[in-house]
Amino acid sequence: MAEAQNIPVGSTTAGQIAVAAESTVATRMSAPPSFDVADFPVPHGREEEWRFTPLERLRGLHDGTAVATGNGLKVAVEAPEGVTIEAVGRDDARLGRAGTPVDRIAAQAYSAFEKAGVITVPKETVLTEPIRIAVHGEGGTAFAHQVVELGAFAEAVVVIDHTGDAVLAANVDYVLGDGAKLTVVSVQDWDDKAVHVAQHNALIGRDASFKSVVVTFGGDVVRLHPRVTYAGTGGEAELFGLYFTDAGQHQEHRLLVDHNTPHCKSNVVYKGALQGEAAHAVWIGDVLIEAKAEGTDTYEMNRNLVLTDGARVDSVPNLEIETGEIVGAGHASATGRFDDEQLFYLMARGIPADEARRLVVRGFFAELVQQIGVDDIEERLLVKIDEELEASV
Amino acid sequence: MATLEIRDLHVTVEADNATKEILKGVDLTVKQGETHAIMGPNGSGKSTLAYSLAGHPKYTITGGTVTLDGEDVLEMSVDERARAGLFLAMQYPVEVPGVSVSNFLRTSATAIRGEAPKLRTWVKEVKEAMQRLHMDPAFAERNVNEGFSGGEKKRHEILQLELLKPKVAILDETDSGLDVDALRVVSEGVNRVRETGEVGTLLITHYTRILRYIKPDQVHVFSGGRIVESGGAELADKLENEGYEAYAKLDAVDTKGGASA
Repeated sequence: MAEAQNIPVGSTTAGQIAVAAESTVATRMSAPPSFDVADFPVPHGREEEWRFTPLERLRGLHDGTAVATGNGLKVAVEAPEGVTIEAVGRDDARLGRAGTPVDRIAAQAYSAFEKAGVITVPKETVLTEPIRIAVHGEGGTAFAHQVVELGAFAEAVVVIDHTGDAVLAANVDYVLGDGAKLTVVSVQDWDDKAVHVAQHNALIGRDASFKSVVVTFGGDVVRLHPRVTYAGTGGEAELFGLYFTDAGQHQEHRLLVDHNTPHCKSNVVYKGALQGEAAHAVWIGDVLIEAKAEGTDTYEMNRNLVLTDGARVDSVPNLEIETGEIVGAGHASATGRFDDEQLFYLMARGIPADEARRLVVRGFFAELVQQIGVDDIEERLLVKIDEELEASV
Repeated sequence: MATLEIRDLHVTVEADNATKEILKGVDLTVKQGETHAIMGPNGSGKSTLAYSLAGHPKYTITGGTVTLDGEDVLEMSVDERARAGLFLAMQYPVEVPGVSVSNFLRTSATAIRGEAPKLRTWVKEVKEAMQRLHMDPAFAERNVNEGFSGGEKKRHEILQLELLKPKVAILDETDSGLDVDALRVVSEGVNRVRETGEVGTLLITHYTRILRYIKPDQVHVFSGGRIVESGGAELADKLENEGYEAYAKLDAVDTKGGASA
């Protein structure tokens, strides 16, 4: 009756650890990184980086047919005193320093935005209140670029909320000065029809620490690409993710941690729950330890909980190690299902079915939510998880 | 006094695109304070009886009645049965990743008792119950049944039995896979609950070994989907010496009849 292997039909958890002289992360992409969309061929769907994505649902973001509609997206920034908020032109030297677009949609976003947002926290400024960025879609199409820069030893929490309906392609740069501490919570709570494709680039200064919490609930297609590189030794990155994929939704999180600098740390934990027909979650976790990155300590993990039949997960951790002089490197991926036997067991202890399901999903996410470290965000997420459960079961 | 009454219970299961009748008319009455042992060879339908009483969706009731204090058990959902006072200690307890034992126990106790137990007394209650079962306190923070050894799973089942205080407890092969020490600890747990006089116990087992620790009032031999003989504790001794062979022959004849029915 008990089944050790409980992977839902159609789901995959194929990972690899490669010890190589040269990375294949870059060569697996169909073109080298570039700011110019013309450098990327229009994807047809069989490319490594596009093979899981439903191109026909991207509303033309991938093939140049999507056109910005002007008033389609409202962005409101609320920040405590001491923070500078600017809208700058395309030629501003502060744009694009944290990373270069690696696929066609990121390059399209970079090639098409008109004004970029730049938020600056001066050096040694420690914020006690979060910076809040509300991104609200009103049915339009938009290309965006946002920079968040922390000077040396500055500390900040940034909460980005995505709501409403939009077709959005964006790049977000996080630039951390030496010893800076930045926590970013990006919540994708879109309406059902939204399409959101974005590349997040973090450049982590010497002894700086970066915590990213990506929370994806809504949207028709959400495809995010958080990437981390280090500008000096002693940098730390924690990349947490939580997604709740409902019927018909495609939620894809592709991560890259490039250990290009010695003595840096990274820890990646993404957890997802899925329910409903054709719910599809994709998690790609690439960690690259370059030859010069001695003393690296890295771990990445993806866990998925499939609540109903008809949902599909593709989880692909990749770890590439070019030096053996490291502290630690590991990865794990697992997809399991909440099945009738688990439900029966909990109900046989008097727990009603809906409460049993809630218990399991809350338990599954709680451990991760507790690590966010921002109280009102933690509470809001737990409430939201309950809502998601109640809405659909 | 709580009474579980099973009358002429018939149960089928779908297997290989065919409907197979597993229980073929079970009659049994278990009263609060009594202990009944159900013994029988593998495949005789013992576990089907246990899971059917608890309401597992795999089994279809095709005839008969089950009542608890006159209430129709078969009309109740799985959780309603538990809240009515039925408890099934499972042979293969299920892993529930992400849910800690302490969270699970408290949620379950809240559901069964109808209100959340007071935190302070509850913590003490759980701690003491775990100590009696020789369970490490760290156990409470592990996920339900995840990575538990066979012995740990069974202790965890008996821990729930002690905390949830059902009217009727069905122990489905609780003794299987236990070494002698674990069997003793688990049996002591069951006996503590029995000694309260408030629970009727239905002990399902393949072996007579556990009956050295838990003395039944009645022993029933199960074969071919029904009880074929009932007696006192001495019936277990007979089974110990003679095995199930005599009943297995009965079973063979019976199964043929059942298949054509």
